[in-house]
Amino acid sequence: MRESRREVQRHYRYRAQIMLEVTDVHTYYGNIHALKGVSLLVGQGEIVTLIGSNGAGKTTTLRTIQGLLRPRQGTILYEGKPVDSLSTEAIVRLGISQSPEGRLIFPRMTVRENLEMGAFSRRDSLGIKSDTERVLNLFPRLRERINQKGGTLSGGEQQMLAIGRAMMARPRLLLLDEPSMGLAPMLVTQIFSIIRDINTQGTTILLVEQNARMALTVAHRGYVLQTGQIVLAGTATALQSNEMVRKAYLGEI
Amino acid sequence: MKRWQKIFLFLALAYSVLLLGPIAGLDIPRITRDVVSHPETLVQQLLIGLINGAIIAIIALGYTLVYGIIELINFAHGDLYMLGAFTSLTALGAFGVDGSATFQASILPIFLTLILATTICAGLNVLTERFAYRPLRNAPRLAPLISAIGVSFIFQNIGLFWGGLRAFLPVMGNNAAAPKDFPDLLPHINILKSLGIQSNINFTTKELIVLVAALALMVGLQLFVQYTRPGKAMRAVAQNRDAARIMGINVDQIIALTFLIGGGLAGTAGLLIGLYNNTIVFTMGFTAGLRAFTAAVLGGIGNIIGAMLGGVLIGLISALSDQYLSSRWTNAWIFAVLVVILVFRPGGLLGENVQEKV
Repeated sequence: MRESRREVQRHYRYRAQIMLEVTDVHTYYGNIHALKGVSLLVGQGEIVTLIGSNGAGKTTTLRTIQGLLRPRQGTILYEGKPVDSLSTEAIVRLGISQSPEGRLIFPRMTVRENLEMGAFSRRDSLGIKSDTERVLNLFPRLRERINQKGGTLSGGEQQMLAIGRAMMARPRLLLLDEPSMGLAPMLVTQIFSIIRDINTQGTTILLVEQNARMALTVAHRGYVLQTGQIVLAGTATALQSNEMVRKAYLGEI
Repeated sequence: MKRWQKIFLFLALAYSVLLLGPIAGLDIPRITRDVVSHPETLVQQLLIGLINGAIIAIIALGYTLVYGIIELINFAHGDLYMLGAFTSLTALGAFGVDGSATFQASILPIFLTLILATTICAGLNVLTERFAYRPLRNAPRLAPLISAIGVSFIFQNIGLFWGGLRAFLPVMGNNAAAPKDFPDLLPHINILKSLGIQSNINFTTKELIVLVAALALMVGLQLFVQYTRPGKAMRAVAQNRDAARIMGINVDQIIALTFLIGGGLAGTAGLLIGLYNNTIVFTMGFTAGLRAFTAAVLGGIGNIIGAMLGGVLIGLISALSDQYLSSRWTNAWIFAVLVVILVFRPGGLLGENVQEKV
């Protein structure tokens, strides 16, 4: 199910600029057809969530946008420019960064070094310094652990570090892959409220989640991905009341 | 490993050392007598072991850097070091330096040779990575390994061919496969004597220069990897290649840089061993490579400080074994120590085992 560009713009007339436009993207793992024509839009300043069950292709979508996988067909426009043939480095420099699935912290680097690596694409040491402060204010736990090795952190702390590290690239579009995975419920709430803070401070977010309930409470809009295809799209409130979503992803009825 | 398994293995090892001991020269009363009657020999051997070990450590760094970053055992690395020594000998010959030259006259040629050997080996290593390993990066692990063994043979045969070029390079002697004389250029001023210490220990400026050069390389590498931007990127790629890409690191470039550094170190080590041992041969890369690889595993492969430690340890073991046990059994002793250490610390002496949380 596709929605037209105009529909999204009608929803978001007050910030009508489209930041990311993924059109009919097909991605393969060898012979496995993982994404079968995914199309989605992310508007400037939005939190858009991509929900779906295991193996639906959520992570694949993020990895394709980031340039870690090449789409075999389809286009990805970021701020109006095609990015689907750019290298990951170039895409990071353009302002897309992500907190990947499984966090992928550098285990033998300290928290500070992990954050430094997040800013690898940048050269402005003053800006990096102030962004480090910003991240540490957002995640006070990381300040306490600043000289500890990444591999010794708890799961929740690693998740904070992964998000903070992605923010160090000063992205305009932040991709978050399952930030709630494996976290205690209290931490999940905390992480999601931080995600909302990051968004209010001006970063657009594309959020991939299995925890559809939480994702739909923070997101403005959402897409439902099933076996490599978008099957539903709409505002978060619309999705929350959609029968199919309630049945399959919110565990109701 | 369970406790009883460890005890069993330890007993088995102790038993085989007891059996192997008498054959391989482990005659404790004789060794004790030797050490007590000539303590200076022990110090002298430790010194030789330290210097040889430092050179092994520099080669071991090449193994450990590459393994750390792409989990490939670069079998060609030892032979690259041999080519470094051959390049050095040829370059010195081309600069008109031979055994009769004074140190003052040969400082500049040695310096130029150092640059040449380092650059050539670094470039060769980068090319090898580009054409022999990179195309196999996503192939099964065994494919690049076999490729590396192939490159090792190619390098050895280049060395053999090179040794046969006597018509163009008079320094090469009469026989392609024979050891070549490397000019003894470093000054032999006995440091202990000039400090006024009476001793039979031969510690000259030559030993000092080689030792200082090797240590400087190790310290320099460690600082580079810890504190510079490309050094940090190298560590990031080694720890998690995917995450490194997401950070905006050009992974291919960093892997090439790793090969560049490893190759440069091998080239420098080739020059140092030539200046220190004054003889080179086309098979030297195989033996040295084996020891250096063992050193890297001993210290914990992928760990830079570990490779240095392992190198020095192996240098010391082989010097002591040459002197007190039996030089024919030196390799057996080295590997016996390796086995014992790996039984108790499977990751090597400094092998880190940080659990990654899921």
